[in-house]
Amino acid sequence: MTLESMARKYEPRPTPMRAGGGRLTTSAMIASLDAEGYEAVVAPFGHALVNLARKDERIVGLSADLSKYTDLHVFAQAMPDRFYQMGMAEQVLVSAAAGLAREGFIPFATTYAVFASRRAYDFIAMAIAEENLPVKIVCALPGLTTGYGPSHQATEDLAIFRGLPNLTIVDPCDACDIAGMVPAIAGHDGPVYARLLRGRVPQVLTRHKPDYRFQLGKAQLIRDGRDVLVVSSGFMTMRALDAAERLAADGIDVAVLHAPTIKPLDTATILAEAGRGGRLLVTAENHSLVGGLGEAVARTLLEAGVTPRFRMIGLPDAFLEAGALPTLHDMYGISVARVVEQIRGWL
Amino acid sequence: MTAAPREGGLSNVSLHQRAWNIRRKALLMGEVQGQGYIGQALGVADVLAVSYFHALTYRPDDPEWEGRDRFLLSIGHYAIALYAVLMEAGILPEDELETYGMDDSRMPMSGMASYTPGMEITGGSLGQGLGIAVGMAMGLKRKQNPALVYNLMSDGELGEGSTWEAAMSAVQHRLDNLICLVDFNDQQADGKTTAALAQVPEEAKWAAFGWHAQRVDGNDIDAVVAAFDAARALSEPKPRVIIFDTTMCKGVPFLENREITHFVRVEADEWGKALAVLEEGKPQ
Repeated sequence: MTLESMARKYEPRPTPMRAGGGRLTTSAMIASLDAEGYEAVVAPFGHALVNLARKDERIVGLSADLSKYTDLHVFAQAMPDRFYQMGMAEQVLVSAAAGLAREGFIPFATTYAVFASRRAYDFIAMAIAEENLPVKIVCALPGLTTGYGPSHQATEDLAIFRGLPNLTIVDPCDACDIAGMVPAIAGHDGPVYARLLRGRVPQVLTRHKPDYRFQLGKAQLIRDGRDVLVVSSGFMTMRALDAAERLAADGIDVAVLHAPTIKPLDTATILAEAGRGGRLLVTAENHSLVGGLGEAVARTLLEAGVTPRFRMIGLPDAFLEAGALPTLHDMYGISVARVVEQIRGWL
Repeated sequence: MTAAPREGGLSNVSLHQRAWNIRRKALLMGEVQGQGYIGQALGVADVLAVSYFHALTYRPDDPEWEGRDRFLLSIGHYAIALYAVLMEAGILPEDELETYGMDDSRMPMSGMASYTPGMEITGGSLGQGLGIAVGMAMGLKRKQNPALVYNLMSDGELGEGSTWEAAMSAVQHRLDNLICLVDFNDQQADGKTTAALAQVPEEAKWAAFGWHAQRVDGNDIDAVVAAFDAARALSEPKPRVIIFDTTMCKGVPFLENREITHFVRVEADEWGKALAVLEEGKPQ
């Protein structure tokens, strides 16, 4: 919230009306991500975890009163004896997960990204990351995926966690990524922080690249293009792909390199693509422009002496407004229309 | 009182002698560095002697043996005391005593799991041990492993909110394989613990949370043994806590009387004097 907007709290507001009459309704309710034109899969995380747990007895699930809102309820219902309800207590959620990992289990602990990153950080750092324990922290509402305002919007979670040694960080784009990510992170012998899209999750990547499969630690080119290279993670890869289709209609050829593993970053693939002739490089992330994918890519390029023209799409360094997600995505530059507009403006 | 049978045979060394040995080793380590949390080590020595030579099951030559009781040191700065008892128990070699706190030592000033055999967790960020103990106790139950989890914490950690998250969780999950040991010496960095954050009534607070709570003189070995025995014999499906009232620097009277004892200042020439005073009180 800015000082300017605080001062507006005493201004009365009229009920917004549609052009042709009737009330205009937009909602800030927590909802699934809007993804026009894509098929959706329900609760891909919960179902993938159940499938994996049937094969691997070490898998257990824990949640801090948010199993329903992190799709872990699917696991809790299928395997009630392997699910721990930890209550509204994020510090013991992650500490207990550390203890279970010490005893040989692979705990998946879920909450919202704001609570893991801001409230439980020291416990993740010392009880889990410093010990390199295989705890998987899977968090809903990453970046700007809720209209509830800063209490629920984890706009700086990647910045917070990127500084933590040993921690692998994943920012999946869609249902396919999430389904592939679950066994991949369980198989990684170390701690993982994964951003989660929950509820009805669009199936994006395989529509653009039918043979796409999630690979931990790998960035993959989803589409090629001569004019612009977008390096993106999370649902911003979906935005980039949709924007690329619109820009193609104007003869602008956009490549999209999807980098769902934020740490360790696939610097080899990024450098190889960035070094391919004269394209504008744009990073796109559902995160503050401070400390996320964009800055990680910038460092990679500078250190290697690869210096294409470089621009960043992401959230401003600010506490964001409450409101309906489509409104907010437009306002903060991460809707398809705004991605198209920004790229066009930079060419 | 004579120590109970251990994995690996009977011992006829008394618990009083064990506690005295722990105090002596801690003082020797303190002398090496010219500093250390010696006040805490001397105060908690009796609790550690009873833990490692009466209560815990372990194999000195196999610190990660699956059947061992887990002993978590939440208070990382008490490491000097734990190293002393780990040496006394044969888990750490005594000939490394003089490496304490030095570069490349297996005994850093604050306890870390990755450095030291027998150090189960990395403590030091106070208020974390009990939550980890909760997870380990859950894990042992899942594996139907009858081992117990002991978490040694300080009175200062009772001020951390995370301690009470863990306390509620242990009751919710009926962790009767978890025993929390609280060293109540009423000293923290800025002064008296009871003057910093309302602590009373200590044992009633735990009982109200659903724990089986005891409070005893932590420098009275018979009382400490009785408290451990009562905690272990309990059949109610609830976690157990024992609050030990201890005296900082116990066993070295001229240090016991120093005003600030969280980080007790011991002058270079005083280590020898402290060892000499301790020698006078050696159990017969």
